[in-house]
Amino acid sequence: MIPLDQILVQIVNGLVNGMILALVASGLTLIFGIMDIVNFAHGDLFMLGAYVGTTAFLTTGNFWIALLVSVLVMALLGAALQITALRPLVGRDPLTTILATFGISLVIQNYALWQYGPVPRKIVEPVTGHFRLFYVEYPWYRIVIALMSAAIIGGLYLFMKYGKHGIWIRATTQDRVMAAAMGIPVPWVHTVVFAIGAAMAAASGVLFGPTVGVNHAMGFDFTLRAFVVVVVGGMGNLGGSILASIFISLLESLATIWVSPAQAVIVSFVALILTLLIRPTGLFVPTPK
Amino acid sequence: MSAVTPTTADDRDLDTRARGGGPSAAYWTGFVVVVGALALSPFVLPEFWQRFATEILIWGLLAMSSDILIGYTGMVSFGHSAFFGLGLYGAAAALLAVRPPNLWLALAAGLVAAAVIAVFVAYFSTRLRDIYFSITTLVFSQIFYVIIFTWTDVTGGENGLTFRQPPFGVPGLFSVPFTRNGLHWFVLAVVTLSYLLLRRITQSPFGMVLQSIRENEPRTRAIGYNVERYKIVAVMLSGLFAGLAGSLYAVQNKFAAPDFVLFLISGETVIFNVMGGMGTLVGPVAGAAFFLLMKEAFSRIFYEYYLIPVGIIFTLMVIFLPQGLLGFLRRRLNQ
Repeated sequence: MIPLDQILVQIVNGLVNGMILALVASGLTLIFGIMDIVNFAHGDLFMLGAYVGTTAFLTTGNFWIALLVSVLVMALLGAALQITALRPLVGRDPLTTILATFGISLVIQNYALWQYGPVPRKIVEPVTGHFRLFYVEYPWYRIVIALMSAAIIGGLYLFMKYGKHGIWIRATTQDRVMAAAMGIPVPWVHTVVFAIGAAMAAASGVLFGPTVGVNHAMGFDFTLRAFVVVVVGGMGNLGGSILASIFISLLESLATIWVSPAQAVIVSFVALILTLLIRPTGLFVPTPK
Repeated sequence: MSAVTPTTADDRDLDTRARGGGPSAAYWTGFVVVVGALALSPFVLPEFWQRFATEILIWGLLAMSSDILIGYTGMVSFGHSAFFGLGLYGAAAALLAVRPPNLWLALAAGLVAAAVIAVFVAYFSTRLRDIYFSITTLVFSQIFYVIIFTWTDVTGGENGLTFRQPPFGVPGLFSVPFTRNGLHWFVLAVVTLSYLLLRRITQSPFGMVLQSIRENEPRTRAIGYNVERYKIVAVMLSGLFAGLAGSLYAVQNKFAAPDFVLFLISGETVIFNVMGGMGTLVGPVAGAAFFLLMKEAFSRIFYEYYLIPVGIIFTLMVIFLPQGLLGFLRRRLNQ
């Protein structure tokens, strides 16, 4: 019999990991929903964002400034990538974007390896306190991560719902041609959305950085997880991918009670396969009427 | 959804058939010249490049196998490392379990292992289209990677498995150990036969249905073909040939490691196809040769960071040369 407190600790863990994953996945969903681009390099933007954060942290010594610098740098990089590599692909099959972003992912990953070396880098967490959670000393910082992620996602939601440019983005999602006819600069909306997605990936990378060492291979893991989440949540559905992130992370956390973390990943893969079998449109979307 | 490559049907390999009659004499001359050159290469090349040529053939077979899906059916598989890796581990299991090691048994075991996995993957992944198919195949290959990586008792985990090379022979008649050249010729023979078989399959009515799925899936369904069943068979066939490539790799390298099941191999397979030209069978082999040569050249300049220039070139090719090297050459020649 598994003691209840162990289960509760894992549930808290799952919620915290779920919020980080939700931040990564909502960027991916945003980009897919608006441009039909499956961004294979999303996890690598997350990883590179974390690395930029480590550099900025070493220079400034302040975690929050590092977070801000990383977000800005990665937003610019995202915009540059979109203009150079993805804009020429508009109107082609979405599968070509998966190929192009795969190429970008190889470049980013190996650039990070070349620039920062194979030894993981650590960012010092800005909040060092702990509190007692049953049998473990639980770091406050992890709670801060979850709250920050929620705040960023909430900010995105408000921006999309009420901001003028957020409305432009939603208009472009609904009908690209009509949006252009109404005077919305559609190519630039695409660029900005990709930049926002990259910035969100960077923010999650920097926030997540202190809990593990930052290394060049961590991106792929998150790309894969974000893909699982986005399919389970229903592709292009922001609310669905947030719920799916929490659901998947809870499953994985609970699975670590019985198996090693490396094997716990399989649980989320199985969840994906079951979703595809039972409800291929996604678990967290309303049934179309 | 249109095909991956924005080519018209008459731009492709099947044009020989469409023009009426069998394949042209020029085609068979080219075929004989290329196979002849590959067969004679061990006499000319120094040992390093000799081994390199054998490797290109094996990776070329893997590339061809995925072309059935990517180029002919329009399904981009990001999980071919699973089939390749299972072929590799299947052959390894046979070579370790049976004394003395038997070549044919190893190939058979590799094929069986890949086939079992292929049935499983095909059943689930073909329920989805486009990107969802890609993601599902990717996730499946990752499942097998995790299993192989963590099941240390059986697979040797991270350290992998080492075994002895089986001799070449016909049971009951003769058995001779592989020489360097002998192995090259054996691999060449298997790859050439696979090519001819795959070519026949893609030109058969079955292959035509696959291409029709690529061009217009709803219409193919409307005509009355059971699209799902065709897709399942396509994935299985593709997996089978990828498994064959894996077992050949086991025979050549006498080594199996989880790295060969890792996603990077699947990624490289896709790169081979895109670089060489999807939907041509020969293209992916050329792509494999091009990629491996580029990797070799860039490794000497950039060391382990060779994927930076390779990644840039790949991305540029996706944007500017969507038909790959072969499609590009063909268009230039036709001008």
